[in-house]
Amino acid sequence: MVQRLRVRYAKRGRLRFTSHRDISRAVERAVRRSDIPVAFSAGFSPHPKISYAGAAPTGVASEAEYLEIGVSSTCDLEQVRAELDASLPPGLDVLEVIEARAGSLADRLEASVWLLRLPGADVAAAEQAVKEFEAADRVEVERLTKKGMRRFDARQAVRSVTVVNEHERTAGQEPGPPCVILRMVVRHETPAVRPDDVLMGLRLVAGFAPPSPPEVTRLAQGPLDATTGEPGDPFDVERADGDL
Amino acid sequence: MSVESLFPRLEPLLPKVQKPIQYVGGELNSTVKDWDEATVRWALMYPDAYEVGLPNQGVQILYEILNELPETLAERTYAVWPDLEALMRSSGVPQFTVDAHRPVRAFDVLGVSFSTELGYTNLLTALDLAGIPLDAVDRTGDDPIVLAGGHAAFNPEPIADFLDAAVLGDGEQIAIAISEVIREWKGEGAPGGRDELLMRLASTGGVYVPKFYDVEYHPDGRIKRVVPNRSGVPSRVFKHTVMDLDEWPYPKKPLVPLAETVHERFSVEIFRGCTRGCRFCQAGMITRPVRERSITTIGDMVEAGLKESGFSEVGLLSLSSADHSEIGEIAKGLADRYEGTQTGLSLPSTRVDAFNIDLANEFSRNGRRSGLTFAPEGGSERMRKVINKMVTEEDLIRTVTTAYSQGWRQVKLYFMCGLPTEEDIDVLGIADLAKKVIKAGREATGSRDVRCTVSIGGFVPKPHTPFQWAAQCDHETVDRRLRELRDALRGDKEYGRAIGYRYHDGKPSIVEGLLSRGDRRVGSVIRAVWEDGGRFDGWSEHFSFDRWMAAAERAFSGEPVDVDWYTTREREEHEVLPWDHLDAGLDREWLWQDWQDAVNDVEVEDCRWTPCYDCGVCPTMGTEIQIGPTGRKLLPLTVV
Repeated sequence: MVQRLRVRYAKRGRLRFTSHRDISRAVERAVRRSDIPVAFSAGFSPHPKISYAGAAPTGVASEAEYLEIGVSSTCDLEQVRAELDASLPPGLDVLEVIEARAGSLADRLEASVWLLRLPGADVAAAEQAVKEFEAADRVEVERLTKKGMRRFDARQAVRSVTVVNEHERTAGQEPGPPCVILRMVVRHETPAVRPDDVLMGLRLVAGFAPPSPPEVTRLAQGPLDATTGEPGDPFDVERADGDL
Repeated sequence: MSVESLFPRLEPLLPKVQKPIQYVGGELNSTVKDWDEATVRWALMYPDAYEVGLPNQGVQILYEILNELPETLAERTYAVWPDLEALMRSSGVPQFTVDAHRPVRAFDVLGVSFSTELGYTNLLTALDLAGIPLDAVDRTGDDPIVLAGGHAAFNPEPIADFLDAAVLGDGEQIAIAISEVIREWKGEGAPGGRDELLMRLASTGGVYVPKFYDVEYHPDGRIKRVVPNRSGVPSRVFKHTVMDLDEWPYPKKPLVPLAETVHERFSVEIFRGCTRGCRFCQAGMITRPVRERSITTIGDMVEAGLKESGFSEVGLLSLSSADHSEIGEIAKGLADRYEGTQTGLSLPSTRVDAFNIDLANEFSRNGRRSGLTFAPEGGSERMRKVINKMVTEEDLIRTVTTAYSQGWRQVKLYFMCGLPTEEDIDVLGIADLAKKVIKAGREATGSRDVRCTVSIGGFVPKPHTPFQWAAQCDHETVDRRLRELRDALRGDKEYGRAIGYRYHDGKPSIVEGLLSRGDRRVGSVIRAVWEDGGRFDGWSEHFSFDRWMAAAERAFSGEPVDVDWYTTREREEHEVLPWDHLDAGLDREWLWQDWQDAVNDVEVEDCRWTPCYDCGVCPTMGTEIQIGPTGRKLLPLTVV
């Protein structure tokens, strides 16, 4: 392996229903179809050197997913981006490819920005629930995991949660049914707190229950900036190296 | 009139179901054509879950061929799991295609491919969700023609009430021909409605329209005769046979799913048909004669298919892949071409033959030699003569000895239980055979690190085979023999721990037997099971034997027949069988003679290498054996 490539890609539209395993199969096949010289692990059943960091859950769209590919000869970054993007189905879109510098990518992904669209929900009720949630110290929620029902705190990982003004978004269009949009910055912790868990927290503290499942999008993930409270770009290290 | 995508209505349901990606479509190499530019629109269904249906070769081939035709479009639909079915019902979303999410009822044809009879209840779910009346006679001009194909369509009588039509045999040419008939009929303004279209299809002799035939019964329940009920309908319907597979190199662009499916590889059929003459094997009987695809076409298809799909494994499919006249060259050529590219090659369906070890060695050139599979099918020498599986114990031991000594550590052996004339001792013979296999392996390797797995399932007599007259073994006997075999294997101190044992209980085979050799009266059982919630009968967690038996009891009350009558009853030579008017080309007298030979332990050779024994297929169908060798080789791929 002569080069490690870091890839930012998006998972959009109906492709949000892919699971992490679906994506890894799709990426392996896309790499084989394109001419990217992926490196293989040694041993009896060699595997392509592709690793994933912090994949969004099934059903959640994302503008900021990350993976790393080891290649066996030096590649042109823009060519890799274009070829990989062309080989993946529309909806799995390759946004950026850089050459890795020192440090683990996964370690840089400290927090995510999530956008939750809640069709048919009430704005005032949402604002009230957010207020009560932020006022609480702990909000214990339950989730069914592979190991059974798990109880954990959904409050401490949430750095911020705000109700976005819906009217700006649909300006110029016909007014649709009412819709609440929540924007939240959530730290990556163990156990992971997902947007669903925060929504469950809002229900528990204030009885806020949207009538239909949320449409969730991850907008960004990266190192958490202590002053702004927002995640930065995880590729800043590579960019600072002056290669790009 | 255009149709709207159902996706906006489906989308809110998807977060609530398991594996939603299977309903989303958008697979690599899938096609969405403009609705209004097409005249003939096919919805192709595989009546099982997406993960099973997507890799199906038949559907992929027809999908590609139909979409290549001008004025024709084809989309795919699969059985939805009960979680989505419930949500679709409560929110009024009809059965949809995964390509453009169009409602299935809007299409001209709903073509359903039945590899197995256990998909019948899923057909009813799809029809009901689509808003298509279950009974063909209730359908109007707004409903598609519901057309069955696949191996189970060689006896479509149990689902005759639910079908408008069925086709037998290879689908490539008949799908195009049907499209042409529909295009012409629509072009004329659809004169005479649905019945005229069905009449035009039926009169070709290549499409079976069940409602144009009346079935008359004897008072004792046997069929008296099956006759056309209107003029212009042929008394027999024939199967279709594609000659020259090199002219039909499909799939060219294999569908690559995002969801995980049962076969994650690019599959190429290397030949169709098989004349080994195994008497239990319906596929071998109804797909005659053998037609090979040439080594060079196979090489081209593999190259293009891998490039189009990105799959890392190639499967060379057929009913007995090692029988291709140039399989050695194919194996070596492909192994050379893809050496060092991390591309796996697999050869399912191989015989007990040392030559196969050479092939397997070639295919595992750079990989681990883990397991090899052989199918002796019968546990005793006599049993193998009855089923015409010409493998001696000596062959088997010699083959596994070679395998073990060349580094293979595990051998899997397939058998059947409940074969005609079978006695306890024939099944217990499997235990002796397995022990001898381990003994040979230990001697060949000088190590105790060799394993053998015995896998065994219940035999179901199938239409158009010499065993179509046979009594199916009752499930109590099958289960008892399987238990005794288990005890004989497990109880052995010396070898027991080296032998694995996998078996299926005998009850599902009885239902399969009812559906395989059933007639139109079985339709009411299928309907009753479905109404009682029967779905996904091929899945053990969904299958309910008791539900089938209770439904049969209700449906057959007042009839002179019952489940035993259809399954464990032996038929006499001249009884009219429900599928006698459907012609696979096999001469009925030859089949009967082969049945008599079976009972008398007489074996029949393969007609590829010995003179014709008059099974009847080639003269009836106007076909001939097409085999190599061509003498050509696979050249190395040029590096781009």
